[in-house]
Amino acid sequence: MTVTDAARESVASALEVDRVNSHLNPPPSYDLADHPVPTGREEVWRFTPLKRLRGLLDGEASSSALTWTTEIPAGVTLSEIDAATAREIGELAPNDRPSALAVANAASPVLLDVPADLEVEEPVVLRLHGESVDDVVWGHHVLRFGAHSKATVVLVHTGSARYSATTSVVVGDGAQVNVLTLQDWDDDAVHLGRDAIRVGRDASVRHTSISFGGDLVRLHANVEYDGPGGEAELFGLYFADEGQHLEHRLFADHTAPKTKSNVLYKGALQGQGAHTVWIGNVLIRPVAEGIETYEENRNLVLTDGCQADSVPNLEIETGEIEGAGHASATARFDDEQLFYLRSRGVSDEEARRLVLHGFFNDLIRKVGVPFLEEQITATVEDELAKNVLKGYRPATA
Amino acid sequence: MSTLEIKDLKVSVSTDDGPKEILKGVTLTIKDGETHAIMGPNGSGKSTLAYSIAGHPKYDVTGGTVTLDGEDVLAMSVDERARAGLFLAMQYPVEVPGVSVSNFMRTAKTAVDGEAPKLRTWVKDVNAAMSRMNLDATFTQRSVNEGFSGGEKKRHEIAQLELLDPKVAILDETDSGLDIDALKVVSDGVNRFREGEGKGVLLITHYTRILRYIEPDYVHVFVDGKVAEQGGPELAEQLEAEGYDKYLPAKV
Repeated sequence: MTVTDAARESVASALEVDRVNSHLNPPPSYDLADHPVPTGREEVWRFTPLKRLRGLLDGEASSSALTWTTEIPAGVTLSEIDAATAREIGELAPNDRPSALAVANAASPVLLDVPADLEVEEPVVLRLHGESVDDVVWGHHVLRFGAHSKATVVLVHTGSARYSATTSVVVGDGAQVNVLTLQDWDDDAVHLGRDAIRVGRDASVRHTSISFGGDLVRLHANVEYDGPGGEAELFGLYFADEGQHLEHRLFADHTAPKTKSNVLYKGALQGQGAHTVWIGNVLIRPVAEGIETYEENRNLVLTDGCQADSVPNLEIETGEIEGAGHASATARFDDEQLFYLRSRGVSDEEARRLVLHGFFNDLIRKVGVPFLEEQITATVEDELAKNVLKGYRPATA
Repeated sequence: MSTLEIKDLKVSVSTDDGPKEILKGVTLTIKDGETHAIMGPNGSGKSTLAYSIAGHPKYDVTGGTVTLDGEDVLAMSVDERARAGLFLAMQYPVEVPGVSVSNFMRTAKTAVDGEAPKLRTWVKDVNAAMSRMNLDATFTQRSVNEGFSGGEKKRHEIAQLELLDPKVAILDETDSGLDIDALKVVSDGVNRFREGEGKGVLLITHYTRILRYIEPDYVHVFVDGKVAEQGGPELAEQLEAEGYDKYLPAKV
């Protein structure tokens, strides 16, 4: 059997789970022909300024790579594998053009392997650095967590590139997994990413996406379930400055009964042309009885000239569920909150900082990666200081 | 020394039909150590007076002056007023999600004093203030006003009053919605504050009930944006017996 045949079969068998296809999420395929170059009018591309991808979707071959600096705890391995092995491991097939291009063009897939039953306290840290936006970089990764393993993986992106990567997170039965991806790019970086997660039976996964830098960042976090009892928390935090486009697309595909998904994304925007997009898709397939899902997106708009798009979508194919809900709110600083704090002597600047801190604080604590908490909090405050606070500084400062 | 002097204060709010005058020339002086009660029917402008003194942006001051120890309060920003020694206990304290009471109190104390409080004594002071208000130790870990009961919100306001120790406290219907036990706890807190030297209190209330626990030096009856009558504590008793009817325009 050839690799292509195997792929076709796995796609076919995936589709046979039941015959519902999400109209918002086309079936996965390795075949580039199934992922035509978008025009920008497609539902899944309509929010994205395609020109600012700077030709990334043309799929130009490239041997450029990001520089990896890694901290790998004992027992965990990082290695290069071939594409066939990635499929055997059970990676999730591409579901859009950027991920299909990444698989087609990346030199060789990288496997991070956490063996079954291994519990590692120290986080796996992968620091990926790009030298220049002139470089097109393709990434193809598989994070495999064996049954009943427990680990935290942190990916930190810095520098610049035009980077498109697909990362499969394959989680064995009963494993407890925490994956965080931090986008701390330079101002000109372009980043398309798809993190596709398959949750084993009774396993739990937390995935957090934190985006501060880059000119255009468009990330998917998709989750599906390999058996009943799986739980996924999908968290996100973003702070868009002047001219930045930060887009986060979530898809919780309830492919098994008694599974849970909980999505919480919070963002702040400031400066002319700051644009954020949050799309929260949930599909509850007929088989997915007894599931629970909730998704929430909150945006704080700090200045004029920003745009926050927020679209929750629920497709429900069975009513036999525990619960399904969503919430979305986009607002400015609340004058009453600021008045309350200022009436206690707190300066306007400090009041804004407190409110913003509070807005993100709950989320930062939930992320569960202590060594990054301080950095994230500090970055949020630096971002705030950059723009919003300027006008409030005394003229003599 | 602390004297809050309000002279001929006129305040408007903007409405769909243009500006509407709420305060129509209020004159009132709270001298060193005095407690003044302002009583009046709903809609008479009592809360507007409180929020205007504190500097809420919704209210436009169109005339008159407010000074604290001779300093022009109206020229100050909201936070400058607080740092100058004014405190407003609000009728509806605002939720600030994700900001703990402990963080909030420390930030406010640092702002008001101009320096951070000494850590060791501060924690003790906060815990003592909480305990006096019948708020348990875990209360300081909760987000400011989020999920607080009505009574907890008011007790939290008075705990702040004690910790921030301003010159003049304006209490806007702090008694409303409190049961009798909570009312006593809150009144005890205000009375402890009053024991401090030269502390002024402007107590705004709809009911005479709280005046049994916090005895005012002066009572002002507030009607239609103005002080309609003033007197000593006996005026409160008269209001208790007769209500506000005689100050209101005759009903047709």
